[in-house]
Amino acid sequence: MTWLGQFGKFWYDFIIGDDWRIAVGVVATVAAVFIAAHHGFDWWWLVPLAVALLLAVSVMREAIRCRNSTPRTGHRAP
Amino acid sequence: MHSVLLVLAAFLACAVEMVEALTIVLAVAVTRGWRSAGWGVAAALGGLILIVAALGPALAHLPIDSLRLVVGTILLVFGLQWLRKAVLRASGLKALHDEEAIYEAEVALLRANDGRAAHDWYAFTVAFKGVFLEGLEVAFIVVTFGGTQRNVGLAALGALAALIVVLTVGTIVHAPLTRVPENTLKFGVGIMLTSFGIFWSAEGAGVAWPGADASILGVIAFVVIVAFGLVALARRAQVVPEVATS
Repeated sequence: MTWLGQFGKFWYDFIIGDDWRIAVGVVATVAAVFIAAHHGFDWWWLVPLAVALLLAVSVMREAIRCRNSTPRTGHRAP
Repeated sequence: MHSVLLVLAAFLACAVEMVEALTIVLAVAVTRGWRSAGWGVAAALGGLILIVAALGPALAHLPIDSLRLVVGTILLVFGLQWLRKAVLRASGLKALHDEEAIYEAEVALLRANDGRAAHDWYAFTVAFKGVFLEGLEVAFIVVTFGGTQRNVGLAALGALAALIVVLTVGTIVHAPLTRVPENTLKFGVGIMLTSFGIFWSAEGAGVAWPGADASILGVIAFVVIVAFGLVALARRAQVVPEVATS
């Protein structure tokens, strides 16, 4: 990997991390709030709501992934 | 109120990162000597101070709404990454951060690369890298928090307080700080970063929060409820029902 590639990867891992969908969802939500605000709508509730949904989807996706890769024993995954 | 939360967030984030950096520095210093490790730490701290000093005043010249929109959005993405990891750790989906295990692994690696010269560049580089990379997150938080509140000095004060506390304890203990509830602190930092990210990104986008600045407390409470709710849900989701075989 080139120096520039490593530099880009460092910043990607640093800001965005393991789930890029969260970053895309946050940017899309803030953009929607920005457009709404400039058309006279005060959608202050949208960012917290989107954050809750994005985090829930990301965490539950990971939980399901872990459950599917764990033998069915009736106990919690280690 | 904003100022208190600002100092608290910078203090917590810095304390968490400094504990991680201290583990690396102690491993280097104990196995390879304090002199070169000390120079590595000093060079990294110098670099971090330069970054904060250069970026902090530069942010002061930007329009506050644009700054809050861009910085708040970046902070929200960054904070959600912290919070996601913290929720996964608390629910048992991700291994907890173990400073003692990290310290032992670092010591073994350093002993394997033992070939000392008058100035130990290996020790210098490992100490520099450890402090600089861990400190970069602190510098990022200090610059973004301080910039959006037009008070980089206050955020830097919180970071400095944490640096003094961790360095003092580290000097006395001379061992990795395993008793610091690091995973709990990380959960707290994730909540603060996410809450401020929500508040500033929405405000920068043109939203008027009900209750103005006081609404940050409501946002923090909301994020706390969501995070703890998700920990409980993720724990339940891991319990796999036994499949009947007969």
